[in-house]
Amino acid sequence: MSEKWNIILRIYRQKEGEAPHMDNFQMEVNPDEYVIDAVERAWAFHDRTICFRHACHHSTCGACGMRVNGVEKLTCITLIRDVTYDGATLKVEPLRNFPVVSDLAVDMGLFYRKMEKVDARAVLPVTEAEIENPPRKWASEDSEYIRLSDCIECGLCISACPIMATTPEYLGPAPLAAAQDHGIHRKPELLSIVDCEDGVWRCHSAFECTAVCPSFVDPARRIMDLRKQVVGTRLSKLIGKA
Amino acid sequence: MSKPHVIVIGAGFTGVATAHDLALRGCDVTVVERGDICHGTSGRTHGLLHSGGRYAVKDKESAVECIDENLILRKIVPQVIEPNGGLFIGLNESDLAYAEQFIESCEECHIPLEELKPQDALKLEPNINPKVLTAFLIPDGTFDPLRLALAFAGTAKHNGAKFRTYHEVQGFVMDGQGNVCGVKVLDRAANKTEEMRADVVVNATGAWSGEVTAMAGLDAPVKPTPGIMVAYDQRFVQRALNRLNVPSDGDIILPQRRMVVVGTTSYDAENVDYIPVTDDQIKLMLERGSELIPGIRNSKPRGIYMAARPLVGGGSGRSMARTFKCYDHKETHNIDGLVTITGGKATTLRAMAEKTADVVCAKLDITTPCVTKETPLLSYRQYYASPN
Repeated sequence: MSEKWNIILRIYRQKEGEAPHMDNFQMEVNPDEYVIDAVERAWAFHDRTICFRHACHHSTCGACGMRVNGVEKLTCITLIRDVTYDGATLKVEPLRNFPVVSDLAVDMGLFYRKMEKVDARAVLPVTEAEIENPPRKWASEDSEYIRLSDCIECGLCISACPIMATTPEYLGPAPLAAAQDHGIHRKPELLSIVDCEDGVWRCHSAFECTAVCPSFVDPARRIMDLRKQVVGTRLSKLIGKA
Repeated sequence: MSKPHVIVIGAGFTGVATAHDLALRGCDVTVVERGDICHGTSGRTHGLLHSGGRYAVKDKESAVECIDENLILRKIVPQVIEPNGGLFIGLNESDLAYAEQFIESCEECHIPLEELKPQDALKLEPNINPKVLTAFLIPDGTFDPLRLALAFAGTAKHNGAKFRTYHEVQGFVMDGQGNVCGVKVLDRAANKTEEMRADVVVNATGAWSGEVTAMAGLDAPVKPTPGIMVAYDQRFVQRALNRLNVPSDGDIILPQRRMVVVGTTSYDAENVDYIPVTDDQIKLMLERGSELIPGIRNSKPRGIYMAARPLVGGGSGRSMARTFKCYDHKETHNIDGLVTITGGKATTLRAMAEKTADVVCAKLDITTPCVTKETPLLSYRQYYASPN
């Protein structure tokens, strides 16, 4: 028999042209289900007007990013057990720094345009991914294998970034991490995109992006490394090596 | 003369691929979807780009569709595919006994395969069960479900198709003579209802297509058949892994990003808006999955979920064919203006769309041929990046 908890699911609601508010749903849940399951259940059985994004339910698509009790989470891999307790509330809100389409659904347009601007890699050779499990050395033929990149474009880093909140012009953590993944040496045209006011220098090293990233991208470390790449390129130019 | 307007209900694989095909053939297309892209079954697909090997013995029609479409998708949408191939592995006498029909059937369905010695299979995939007795390499692959749909949707959008997400169809608009001439939708983002007119409406709602045809007073041509998937937090293999035997529960393991996904089960269900996961099915995936990759027992589940296949035809569960059917309701029920497409596999989405667009175009006297086989798709990001 699965364990049952009674919780109050508090969902952020906002319809076009109306002021936002929170709706409470008294729900019986299995604590070993995920937060997205509770939201989907609220939609299926309580209120058919709730809007939310979701697709794969196993952290490969990046559609179900939300703020859970104020913290950015990929809700399809966030166990209810880990974010509330029996008899307590569970608050679910849309990501910050994105326009709200309706309720929990946000508009990914500007973010995806930035990912496209840096030509973020969707797939890459497995040997280029910094993968540590299972721990083994790559065989020579492994370089022929392709895998989907770590970044699932969920937008959690954009929502958590305190600098992102100051200007939508800032490229932001995931796009900068994607530029670092290419490397300026491999893709020199990225230099002018990242070496500017709204690029790599606007980051204030809050590391919130890395704290919330559900997919091993570690954007903060990558931004720091990208700065090194930019400085290195500038120095090379200065001494005439580029 | 203005272009004919086609409304496609559903932004799953079939809906977005149909929108793409119809946009290329010169139709004015509007897709209405109650959630966002891939809100239903498509998003929760395990992501196996079928070579057809899984169906070769029992369901040759599906197997041939799969290998043909597998090769096409590799060409037109490589951005969402891990093209690393697949292994069918045999672990006991019963598996070995299946090998002969497997080889014959794959040859009949022109699915290329290569037999490997156990030590060679283990060299390629060191984490599979070391007791492997035989193995076959075949051109399976894996894909990212949402991004596969986005690539079709984004390209359709670029070619003029409009996407109305969070628009739930609540009924059909009828022309007074019993024919469909549009849909009544609830815009869930604005809480407003509206009527939209169309020359043809395509019902591409998969496991929900019975509910949608019921709005026009027609019976359901589909049987929702859910199955479970469990994602574990280590990428044990680079290739899709199948048990060399008759398709059964928990006999597929797919690599995806830093995970593997074990699937699946197969049973009949009625309401599939929310399908609860049961403990016994989770346990079954662990038991069956760890026969293929023993290390799974030492990894952790990362996501557990259910998806409802839209199967068509007679029988139930595993015995049902995986092929697809397109119905012009003018022919089946003498109701004009409505076409239903259902059944099929993610791998065959383009072929399903071609068949559907053929039916729609015949109704609209459009003679432009299908070109989706040769048309590379744009970046999947275009769906969100370009304005609606």
